[in-house]
Amino acid sequence: MFALKSRNSIIAIAILGMSVATSAFSMDITGAGATFPYPIYSKWAEAYKATSNVGMNYQSIGSGGGIKQINAKTVDFGASDMPLKPDELEKDGLVQFPAVMGGEVLVVNLPGIEAGKIKLTGSLIADIFLGKITKWNDPEIAGLNKDVKLPDLKITVVHRSDGSGTTFIFTNYLSKVSPAWETKPGVGTSIDWPAGVGGKGNEGVASYVQRIKGSIGYVEYAYALQNKMVYTMLQSKDGEFINPSIATFQAAAAGADWEHAPGFYEILTNEEGKDSWPITGATFILMHKVQENPANAKEVLKFFSWAYANGGKMAEELVYVPMPEKVVKLIESSWKESIKDSAGNAVWN
Amino acid sequence: MSFNRMGLRSANLSTPVFYSEAKIRFIRFYQQKMTLLQKTFPDKTQVFLDAAFKLTSLFFAFAVFSLLAGILITLVVGSIPSFKAFGWGFLTSSAWDPVNVNFGAVVPIFGTLVTSAIAMLIGVPVSFGIALFLTELSPNCLKRPLGIAIELLAGIPSIIYGMWGLFIFAPFLADHIQPWLIDYLGPMPFIGILFQGAPMGIGMLTAGIILGIMIIPFIASVTRDVFDVVPPQLKESAYAVGCTTWEVVWYVVLPYTKIGVVGGVMLGLGRALGETMAVTFVIGNAQNFSLSLLDPGNSIASALANEFNEAVGDVYSSALIELGLIMFVITFIVLAISKLMLMQLARREGDKS
Repeated sequence: MFALKSRNSIIAIAILGMSVATSAFSMDITGAGATFPYPIYSKWAEAYKATSNVGMNYQSIGSGGGIKQINAKTVDFGASDMPLKPDELEKDGLVQFPAVMGGEVLVVNLPGIEAGKIKLTGSLIADIFLGKITKWNDPEIAGLNKDVKLPDLKITVVHRSDGSGTTFIFTNYLSKVSPAWETKPGVGTSIDWPAGVGGKGNEGVASYVQRIKGSIGYVEYAYALQNKMVYTMLQSKDGEFINPSIATFQAAAAGADWEHAPGFYEILTNEEGKDSWPITGATFILMHKVQENPANAKEVLKFFSWAYANGGKMAEELVYVPMPEKVVKLIESSWKESIKDSAGNAVWN
Repeated sequence: MSFNRMGLRSANLSTPVFYSEAKIRFIRFYQQKMTLLQKTFPDKTQVFLDAAFKLTSLFFAFAVFSLLAGILITLVVGSIPSFKAFGWGFLTSSAWDPVNVNFGAVVPIFGTLVTSAIAMLIGVPVSFGIALFLTELSPNCLKRPLGIAIELLAGIPSIIYGMWGLFIFAPFLADHIQPWLIDYLGPMPFIGILFQGAPMGIGMLTAGIILGIMIIPFIASVTRDVFDVVPPQLKESAYAVGCTTWEVVWYVVLPYTKIGVVGGVMLGLGRALGETMAVTFVIGNAQNFSLSLLDPGNSIASALANEFNEAVGDVYSSALIELGLIMFVITFIVLAISKLMLMQLARREGDKS
């Protein structure tokens, strides 16, 4: 009896497996890459599956991995927090478009100081991360924060130990505001940090900052909120001190000049506008220009088109910033122009 | 001097034994099977089957060998771009600058060796103590629970040690132990340099201590097992001539089991060298060279775990693969040294007697 039962269940599992396999074959689209947008992509995928019956498999293996996977053509799309430069896109035959945006904040661990109370400027952050300013009561910090009592505490810098698009956006901002930073260590997904300790992932940085008194680190805004961390105010390019919020992230995105950015190569750090949060960034999707499998490519584009139209609210719930409508129009027209099947017909129309 | 178990068993069989009904039925069934087997497979087939079995097992044995060779070749081929770019200077440079593509292995090699050394300093004596207590001193009622507890410790995934290290142990070190080390050991000559900096709780010392805790169950359970096989006659004779427990352990148990003990220690060292997750959590992952144990550092395994995903460009990923190759070589050297040590020991004994 038992044998019979187990045999039945094996058959059931086999049938289930086959049905999963066939549906994966005909309907599912696959992507891989950046970890930063993973929560929103999976949420969109779930909602999209319910309306269209097309599943989306996204593996958050990191931006570098996403670029490798799309070049190897093992996935339908790759995802990267660091946009590829137009000549790199050309070389690999790829197109690129932004999917969703987010902001990064500086978080600190200072006894008795609440979130959004400490003011910092870009050059000050660069000096802290360069190891030039080592105490919290340094006159430069104290001069900006006359109404806050800063402790006589050593500053411990916390950075990412793994390569990350988050680091790329942060270091991009620092090079824009500090010439010293630009010459050394420069911009990258992982860099030669002059000072501090490295935590693995946003959660690693968040937990180090929570452990070490006097520490300062950078994380995505969502992590700061989830962990109830003490974030700082930052000075926007126009000199205003602002707090991070979806509104200030959106202000930065609105200031960007997407129309004149080939390959949507636009990094939203230090944007114009007095309410523009200075460390904002978009995360990007990479696809091949010439599609060997146009049916799958079309499903990918359908998915993102649906997400632009219907996913905004879900994005905001997870503290991401949806792309503005104006930019979405630009993106969709770029699809028509540049994504073709092997016969040269547009995949998206 | 060891017991011949086979001999004992055959002696038992020659004496009349009373089997239970079920056992007799089983033996008959087995005999029938065997005759059936012989009928279906005449002699030639049996020879063939024997040969096939031999070949299959040979194949498995060589599969391991070729796997090892394959990994080594992959690592060597993968590290060619990095070797071309940096040459032997890779081993002496402490740079790690992905932006300007300039890499060196000193910081991770140093971190790996230092954390493993701390781990061995802590792990080996404690494991010895545990194993000795369990085999020589412990009352019988404690032996099983203690033994099981140690084996359970060995089964805890390393990431749990890492989380415990980061959330509980590191803050404890930072608040209670490290300030004391900095104040009292820091100003001392020579060793003072090891205890400089701020009490952050994370760094090479913490990583080493966590590793030490992690390897204790491995070394302890292996050494306990080898201590257990020391023939009681030897120990009893030693006690009979008036040896203390310590003398019995030092002059009888350890010499008798030294190969097994060195094997256990090497197993622990191997784990300490290669441990990734727990170290990544608490070592601080900083590519800065510092002699102070309280400063953050990096180990080869955690550098690989951190950076491999996002390594863009040939030289960057190749530098990481070369780190892996160095790790391979270090492990090989450690094993070779332990083998040499054992041979040396054996030879010296030959001289004595």
